[in-house]
Amino acid sequence: MHTGAQGKGRLFTDPSADQARSFFASKRRALVDKLTNVQDAVARLVANGDYLAIGGFGSDRIPTALLHEILRQEKQDLGLAGHTATHDFEILCAGNLMGRGQTLNRVDIAYVVGLEARGLSPHARRVMQSGTVQCTEWTNYALAVRFKAAAMGVPFLPLRSMLGTDTFHYSAAKTIDCPFTNEKLVAVPALYPDCALIHVHEADRYGNCRIRGTSVADFDVARAAKKLIITCERLIPHEEFRRDPTRTVIPFYCVDAVCEVPFGSYPGNMPYEYFSDESHLRQWLNAEKDVETFRQFLDKYIYGTRDFAEYLQMCGGLPRMQELRRQELLL
Amino acid sequence: MAEYNAMELMICCAARLLEDGKTVAVGTGAPCAAAMLAQRTTSPNLVIFFEAGGVAPLLPTMPISVGDSRTFYRGLMATSMADVMETCQRGLMDYTFLGGAQIDAYGNLNSSLIGDDYTKPKVRLPGSGGANDLASFCWRILVVTNHDRRRFVEKVDFLTTPGYLTGPGAREQAGLPPGTGPYRVITDLAVLGYHERTKRMEVHSLHPGVDLEQVKAATGFDLGVREPLATTTPPTDEELRILRNEVDPHRYIIGR
Repeated sequence: MHTGAQGKGRLFTDPSADQARSFFASKRRALVDKLTNVQDAVARLVANGDYLAIGGFGSDRIPTALLHEILRQEKQDLGLAGHTATHDFEILCAGNLMGRGQTLNRVDIAYVVGLEARGLSPHARRVMQSGTVQCTEWTNYALAVRFKAAAMGVPFLPLRSMLGTDTFHYSAAKTIDCPFTNEKLVAVPALYPDCALIHVHEADRYGNCRIRGTSVADFDVARAAKKLIITCERLIPHEEFRRDPTRTVIPFYCVDAVCEVPFGSYPGNMPYEYFSDESHLRQWLNAEKDVETFRQFLDKYIYGTRDFAEYLQMCGGLPRMQELRRQELLL
Repeated sequence: MAEYNAMELMICCAARLLEDGKTVAVGTGAPCAAAMLAQRTTSPNLVIFFEAGGVAPLLPTMPISVGDSRTFYRGLMATSMADVMETCQRGLMDYTFLGGAQIDAYGNLNSSLIGDDYTKPKVRLPGSGGANDLASFCWRILVVTNHDRRRFVEKVDFLTTPGYLTGPGAREQAGLPPGTGPYRVITDLAVLGYHERTKRMEVHSLHPGVDLEQVKAATGFDLGVREPLATTTPPTDEELRILRNEVDPHRYIIGR
């Protein structure tokens, strides 16, 4: 197969299918109890230097509690797949340039720094303009395809975007000619994250998961990841999965830890459960404008809280969650 | 004739371009408002897609995120990003709406960074998101944006998302699907398109009260004019009523 142009970006993860197989050969796949708490899951399964993938869509169905805990435990030198990474990215960036080392040191960028219609994050911009984080450019679909290749257990897949652009030029993709039709394609390398963090609606203690609403890239992210931590809105009986297996989106053998975290996507949206807390997201964005204000904000909401339940309490507790549920249900 | 603001006019112009029975991939903001208005006026069977997986929603309110639960409210499918993008890649998506910090004469867009040093940009912007994918796959690319010299530039600092690249034949040469490309640019001053042969941007119609010199002064590259130069049809009372009462009652997009 003829290889043509090549992006000059760095490839942060090994796309080798055989390397992945040798890891998965020893991954535990037994139906065993994986129930634990957020603190333990992060301490045990997120190592300094790991490359992370985060489920959901930036401010929708995000594993907020795990991200906060990564800050609290001051994990260092993490990599990230940034496919529409918005509030999740904002949280991880809070571990950079704030006197607690460097949480992020490399990012595959499809969408970072912005919070969609809410504007740009001042602190994420400071981090990404400082030259201290290595970057490679991609697109949302390219990252989805990279996860899909990994989930398939192959080293690359072709797609037809990125061609002719600087996005390609600063990526680590290559152009190839189709062996059947000669059409020019972009080959993107499989992305096997060291650890993925996904928030779901329902899970059992073994890690079987149900997701309602859009799955974004999580079907493939869950299968591509070497380690996978699940947080769920609700633990449900194992028997529920036995009764209706068609609804299982992520199977137990992909999962390493399960933590029940009610309102776990807060301040993000959780489909059918609660809407995003726009005023808290605005408060976070405003606090970032000034470094000292942001430091106090983080001390109050993240470093000064023991766990996610305390954070929720500080953000208005159950009455606020009920208000967001009414917003979600359009009541 | 009713009073209207520039954003209301832009949304109406965009809505009128969306034919009934076609498909459109939209983001949040003005494009979403345009698609909602089109559904309530000329194109009740317009199918709306969101890149995070929302398909054919009956949008109750304006979404805040391309992935929030409004994007599949009473929809016909809540699927994956890859599924939506692959629907586009197969050739089933007629329109997409995009924006950016910079656009050049060939409709190339920059949403990645301002400055000339990739490793230390003056301003880091979000990046492609799904824009590069949608611009590669969808048949017609629409852009809704404010019109000023900072935005309409001779050369984009970073070519995030493909327009006609360097001109006629360049998309095909690069390997992008043939027959796709930039279609219209709707600004607060004019509606613009692309010259059939040169693929450079040209003015199709001026908004009421705007003259050609004003548009040229707000554009950082040599701008063509399609003859005869028209005047944009202002929003009708009916369009404004629906836009204000049903599409954006809280005036998030159209303003006060």
